[in-house]
Amino acid sequence: MRLEVDITGKTFRNAAGETHDVIAGVTFALDAGEVGVLVGPSGCGKSTMLRILAGLDHDFQGHVSRPAGARVGFVFQEPRLLPWRSVEENVRLVAPRADAAKLAALFEVLELSAHRNHFPGELSLGLARRVALARAFAVEPELLILDEPLASLDAALAGRLRDQIAVLMNNRSMITLLVTHDVDDAVRLGDRLFLLSPRPARNLAELRIAAPRNKRGDAEIAAIKLDIMRRINGDAAKLDAS
Amino acid sequence: MPRLLSFAALLASWWIGSLLAGDAKLPPPPAVLSAMIAEARSGDLFFHLGMTLARVALAFTLAMSLGAAIGYLMGRVRLADRLGDPWLILLLNLPALVVIVLAYIWAGLTEVAAIAAIAINKLPTAVVTLREGARALDAALDEMATVFALPRWKKFRHVILPQLSPYIAAAARSGLSLVWKIVLVAELLGRPNGVGFEIGVAFQLFDIPRLLAYSLSFAVVVLLIEAVLVQPFEARLSRWRPRAA
Repeated sequence: MRLEVDITGKTFRNAAGETHDVIAGVTFALDAGEVGVLVGPSGCGKSTMLRILAGLDHDFQGHVSRPAGARVGFVFQEPRLLPWRSVEENVRLVAPRADAAKLAALFEVLELSAHRNHFPGELSLGLARRVALARAFAVEPELLILDEPLASLDAALAGRLRDQIAVLMNNRSMITLLVTHDVDDAVRLGDRLFLLSPRPARNLAELRIAAPRNKRGDAEIAAIKLDIMRRINGDAAKLDAS
Repeated sequence: MPRLLSFAALLASWWIGSLLAGDAKLPPPPAVLSAMIAEARSGDLFFHLGMTLARVALAFTLAMSLGAAIGYLMGRVRLADRLGDPWLILLLNLPALVVIVLAYIWAGLTEVAAIAAIAINKLPTAVVTLREGARALDAALDEMATVFALPRWKKFRHVILPQLSPYIAAAARSGLSLVWKIVLVAELLGRPNGVGFEIGVAFQLFDIPRLLAYSLSFAVVVLLIEAVLVQPFEARLSRWRPRAA
């Protein structure tokens, strides 16, 4: 099972009729068991790319090959829960065959057990995010896509949720693609990092992290982060000079 | 309690009005009540109310289901909207009386003509409301359903229908009040029974207590249906909304 992405161009037309290039050229491939992370500044077209990968947007140049018939789990940037269905119903709706024990374990890991019968309107953003995560994992996806799952949460909560996501990722072998603007999240969760330029997005560099997620020490993480910052800023400096 | 007070005030002003205007123009409440009881004893009251209710139920169901389907289609498919819009505007502004009279001329003084005429009067408002609802559907939830490959029926039931339900409730509410008004006219003009027919007869005989007896019984039925069916239905639909404390 393999995800191959080769997007050579994507343009948007705004209401005034002007066209904007969002993606200039992004290429990467992921195998099952790998967690790929797209890292780039806000507004560089990462979410657009995810929509293309998920099959929501067909209007682009290039080629995307997804494993045929793969179950997809998608965690949107906003939770996108059905406000008129309870937490449990939201999860069960997309995963009707999930058995009770597995769901219970999933709710346990994400600390949602007490909220099963609540409606999304009664939840905080952090909790709603976790429900969206539970929903994506409940379908036992072969392709898991996460769009900034930790954005706009406070640091402590984001850290906890990141650990929960790591636990869930380690439990299952699938193709995972995470999008974030936060280098720290990228280094702690990803196996392969794809650095993207500001809009229109194109590949800047690719990094592989060999150490397993739970064995990465703070020093190692700091070193990788430094390397990333250098590459991003170095490139920006080069762009300025030209 | 405030409702009860307000009702008592209505009754009192009616009574005072009848004292001022005289029995011939506005009979006092007891006279109307005894007319009501007499009609109820003979069974006429229930028969005519039943006939009217049956017509309302049929025309309402017909107009709601057809109107919801057409409205949804027009809200989702641009071509359908363009094609349907002139018809919609025509129907929306066509006086009820014209529809009823034409229906009786073309289809004869039949039950089918009466129910069709009532339904056609209500149809365009249902279409307009549901079209707005279909236009307001959340694209984000639509994408969610697509990504998670929800089957069509499940998507309709759990994603689309709950979004449309406030619009359906609004169309039902306004449509019902429209149907109540029109059904009596249709009965007056071309049916041998029903509350509208009875009111026509009472009008010709200048039998004001009987006229009021039928009108008020009809109003009571409308209020009952509102309290027993429409309001609980609306409350059920909105139970997921966080309530203000």
